[in-house]
Amino acid sequence: MMRFRFAQTAIDTAQARRELLDLGAGGYVSFEGWVRDHNEGQEVTRLEYEAFQELAVKEGERIVADALRRFPVKHALCIHRVGSLGLNDMAVWVGVSSAHRGEAFDACRFIIDEVKHRVPIWKKEHYRSGDSGWVNCERCAAAPSHTHEHEHEHEHRDEPAASHT
Amino acid sequence: MQLKIQYYALMREQAGRSEETLETSSATPADLYGELCTRYRFTLTREQLKVAVNSEFSDWSRRLAAGDAVVFIPPVAGG
Repeated sequence: MMRFRFAQTAIDTAQARRELLDLGAGGYVSFEGWVRDHNEGQEVTRLEYEAFQELAVKEGERIVADALRRFPVKHALCIHRVGSLGLNDMAVWVGVSSAHRGEAFDACRFIIDEVKHRVPIWKKEHYRSGDSGWVNCERCAAAPSHTHEHEHEHEHRDEPAASHT
Repeated sequence: MQLKIQYYALMREQAGRSEETLETSSATPADLYGELCTRYRFTLTREQLKVAVNSEFSDWSRRLAAGDAVVFIPPVAGG
């Protein structure tokens, strides 16, 4: 079905949206994650995304399948970038079509939250200072006592680990 | 036995390679990570990682078999 896939170049949202069309759908909700210019007090200039694609597409498919089971929506799709991205480039796109809007919002939120926490994708931030770092890996490597926090990261809605949203 | 190991992100940089075929006597992914930490001085602790064998999430105590492909998974940061 390929309801989760990777893009090596800019995500074609017009094409992705067409894949969600359904005569029974009354609308669709989408989420775009963008590269922003700061994270945790550092000025970000670009990002690199890397994925263990063989496992990532399986886990991504499982997430979308979970969403389709949990919420009465028509179709759902998630596309994630890999490679080098500049500021305001789109890193991830999620779209959900549904008869009614409520469950489309819920399913879209569920998919992006789960993707961020479960799919083996990594991002390296490059900073204006010339430094760079793998998000969620460098700091905890320096302070292993934070391991516990990472296991429960999904409970921290305002955690600043991501470079957008 | 021979195993295929793939490295990603921070661990790829620390190992200085993205994959290798390794002759090892490590019986489980946990043993294997210990062995590789000695070799590459990985900074992530085992508790921070997940592990996949043959492209599926695995238990750390699984018995490895010759030819298995092992990937250690650092904390993820998609989205």
